[in-house]
Amino acid sequence: MESVELTVSSDLDDLPQVIDFVRQACTAAGLSDNAVFACELATDEACTNIIDHAYGGRSDGVIRVACWTEPGAFVVQFHDQGVAFDPSKIREPLLNEVLADRPLGGLGMHFMRSLMDEVRFDFDPIQGNMLTMTKRF
Amino acid sequence: MAKFSIETHELKRCVLVTLHGRIDSSKAPTVEAKVRELIDAGHYRFVIDMSEVEFVSSAFLRVLISASKSVRRFNRGDVYLAAVPARIQDVFDLAGLLPLFKLYDTQVEAVGSW
Repeated sequence: MESVELTVSSDLDDLPQVIDFVRQACTAAGLSDNAVFACELATDEACTNIIDHAYGGRSDGVIRVACWTEPGAFVVQFHDQGVAFDPSKIREPLLNEVLADRPLGGLGMHFMRSLMDEVRFDFDPIQGNMLTMTKRF
Repeated sequence: MAKFSIETHELKRCVLVTLHGRIDSSKAPTVEAKVRELIDAGHYRFVIDMSEVEFVSSAFLRVLISASKSVRRFNRGDVYLAAVPARIQDVFDLAGLLPLFKLYDTQVEAVGSW
């Protein structure tokens, strides 16, 4: 599969379009239904993180999405020009806490790391943040 | 794919919330606003029918956690989940949430348990 790209605003209203785009790319790549679902969910979490953390909730930023396949793997990559994202600052969610003690954050990163085989964050002062997620098949 | 929608019905002993379609992070705030409105109006007993839900993200789970914390305060209520599809249960499981919610196989059982 050749690389396909999509550019959207950092607006939650654009999120369904991004998920549709990734779903179509996954399906074209021949991923199983479960793997497609995992990629869709990881995409939702990735975009939401970019909007909330890199762009601080602003909707006038740009998110570029690219998908391609490598031998035995599907790759989805997100670029943004928001604030440098440091994944080490995201705390692991407390999955064993009772409900009353459950903090509300941290699940997105946990989902991405659990659902995908590889999740990598890179930052370049010119290119901005780059998040690369790989699903092997 | 089914379009997202939310319907609410005030029953005798609880409020039935029926969700349809894909609840991605752009739709979770709509669910949150509707549930918050009901809680603010004094409703604390909920059944959420998820039989027609095809997708949820962590944003929806946060809405559920927050709503459940609110309604369980002072032992005044709870949020029961009905007919949660297997794939959606997997998402709950990934978040470690399965032991924290009461799940029922059908809407009738969930409503009847109030």
